[in-house]
Amino acid sequence: MPMTAIQSNRKPRGREPEALLEDIRKIYTMGSTEVHALAGVSVVFEHGSFWAILGTSGSGKSTLLNVLGCLDRPTSGRYLLQGRDISSLDDDALSEIRLRNIGFIFQSFNLIQQSTVEENIQLPLYYQGVDAESSSRRARKLAALVGLEDRLHHRPMELSGGQQQRVAIARSLANDPGLLLADEPTGNLDSKTSAEIMRLLCDLNEQGKTIIMVTHEPDIAAFAHKRLYMKDGAIERLEG
Amino acid sequence: MLLAKNMREIKLGIKSLMQHKLRSSLTMLGMVFGVGSVIAMLAVGEGASKQALEEIRKLGSNNIIITAQKPMDEQGQQKTRILMSIYGLLYEDVERIAQSFAHVLRVVPVKIIRKQGRLTERAMDMRILGTTPDWFKLVQRPLIAGRTLAPYDLENFSNVVVLTEYGARRLLATRSTLGQTIRLGSDYFEIIGIIQNESSQGGALQSPDQQIDAYIPINVAKANFGDVFTQSSAGSRTRELVELHQIIAEVDQTTNVESTAAGIEAMLERFHKKKDYVLSVPLALLRQAEATKRTFNIVLGSIAGISLLVGGIGIMNIMLASVTERTREIGIRRAIGAKRSQIVRQFLIETVVLSTTGGLIGIAIGLFIPWMITTVAKMPTVVTPSSLILSLGISMAIGIIFGIYPAVRAAALDPIIALRHE
Repeated sequence: MPMTAIQSNRKPRGREPEALLEDIRKIYTMGSTEVHALAGVSVVFEHGSFWAILGTSGSGKSTLLNVLGCLDRPTSGRYLLQGRDISSLDDDALSEIRLRNIGFIFQSFNLIQQSTVEENIQLPLYYQGVDAESSSRRARKLAALVGLEDRLHHRPMELSGGQQQRVAIARSLANDPGLLLADEPTGNLDSKTSAEIMRLLCDLNEQGKTIIMVTHEPDIAAFAHKRLYMKDGAIERLEG
Repeated sequence: MLLAKNMREIKLGIKSLMQHKLRSSLTMLGMVFGVGSVIAMLAVGEGASKQALEEIRKLGSNNIIITAQKPMDEQGQQKTRILMSIYGLLYEDVERIAQSFAHVLRVVPVKIIRKQGRLTERAMDMRILGTTPDWFKLVQRPLIAGRTLAPYDLENFSNVVVLTEYGARRLLATRSTLGQTIRLGSDYFEIIGIIQNESSQGGALQSPDQQIDAYIPINVAKANFGDVFTQSSAGSRTRELVELHQIIAEVDQTTNVESTAAGIEAMLERFHKKKDYVLSVPLALLRQAEATKRTFNIVLGSIAGISLLVGGIGIMNIMLASVTERTREIGIRRAIGAKRSQIVRQFLIETVVLSTTGGLIGIAIGLFIPWMITTVAKMPTVVTPSSLILSLGISMAIGIIFGIYPAVRAAALDPIIALRHE
């Protein structure tokens, strides 16, 4: 697959970890019973690493990813993202972090169906307030990076699953994030397309993106350099 | 710079609306019909009442009109072959009214005679009104050609006549007929002027327009035609002695009209044994018409309000449905980093664009329908600016409130919950 490196305008950081979790707990109250979705997770995700989070459903792996992605707030614990404590930020500030520092890739792609490929890729830039011309330029560049330069004006429905996931990846790169989070990125794809998507993620990792990916398939997890096994809301073991 | 940013947001909003054509047009439809029907209904109501008010105003709101009327018992006695019925207003009444009431500025007597008129070979049944020059001051009818009666016409007992436009046309008289001689009864009169007839069609309080009126000096009328009228109908002849058929009194101020009218009524009651006159006060009619107009407007306004409400509920329905449908989209946008305020703003712009467009189309329809009614049904309609503002304001408010409320709700959801929404 042709790959054009996207110039990163981010200043190289020191040795501080990409993400650091300290005794993160997430407790849901369902009626009278408390559910510990995360029961004290402490882990360090180094800058430039490629992690796979594994576990059965209900093990808390998705909750962990949501906390990492600032989509969900932990009940307690400390979360340092790129050295900044974000445990106590409000909704707007968390939105800002999602907008500037994090790229998200979902199992179900989560593209806006009515919008074209180009518009979907531009979405984060629109909310950042980037002007139309330069965001369109960047969208075209990112579409080329994922091999969809000839599909810019198609709608998601007109694309295959693999192509849709590439649009989602291009979108996640639009804000040039340090951290890419992927929630079962190949869950809806066949094995051949899955392998292509994983190679794309590996390439991105080689270009310096920290990637944390949730999966339950061992052969997909094998693409990652490190593996984190979850069980009952806690870390069972780390590998690699 | 700020405008450029807003322009981009508005463009994006329009794009988003275009991506949901059915939903957008359905929402707009509610607005269009709500606004359109309100404007049209109020225009029809306003037009109808304005017409009635104008009719009355033409009679002069400072005037008191006393008209001779054959008394009821006399009409019954007619069958017992009374040869002559004597009733009506008297020349003395004019003097009495003029002298007894301080607030009365002018009193104009009117004597009505029906005779055949003849201009060259054309003959017509005409209504001849003997009156004074002041009549033309009280009853405002524009002069089309020539002049109206003048004081010296009375002094000189001149055989002069003023025709209405309608009558002039019927008699084949045009501008060039000024100065021509018309025969009324057995006498010859010089045509000195043509005035406009009452312009209104239908619904007039007095409709003399279908008559061919001729205005002559009252003293000439009295001298030439006398006070006794003979009418032949169905083989029997009736004779009537009526001095004056109408007296119009002009009062100095509107506030004095009603008290003066009561005074005149009391005075006439004293001097007339029979009730052979009717007093009508255009001002009272005007007040009545205004009250009717108010009622009318309230009724129409309520109907219009209900249609606006129905339109509003339609808007609300579709907006609610659309946001439920768009909750996932909102989740995606939030996950990517859109702030709550940005989501709400985006929806606000969409609904404002939608409401404005719908409202403007509604105004276009609201202007078109009254125009159609006026053109096709010949009914007067008046579109008031306030009805435009009112209907547009209300439906835009409904559109925006119901457009924003669900968006606020959806934006308040946690992004992950919104994302899970199918």
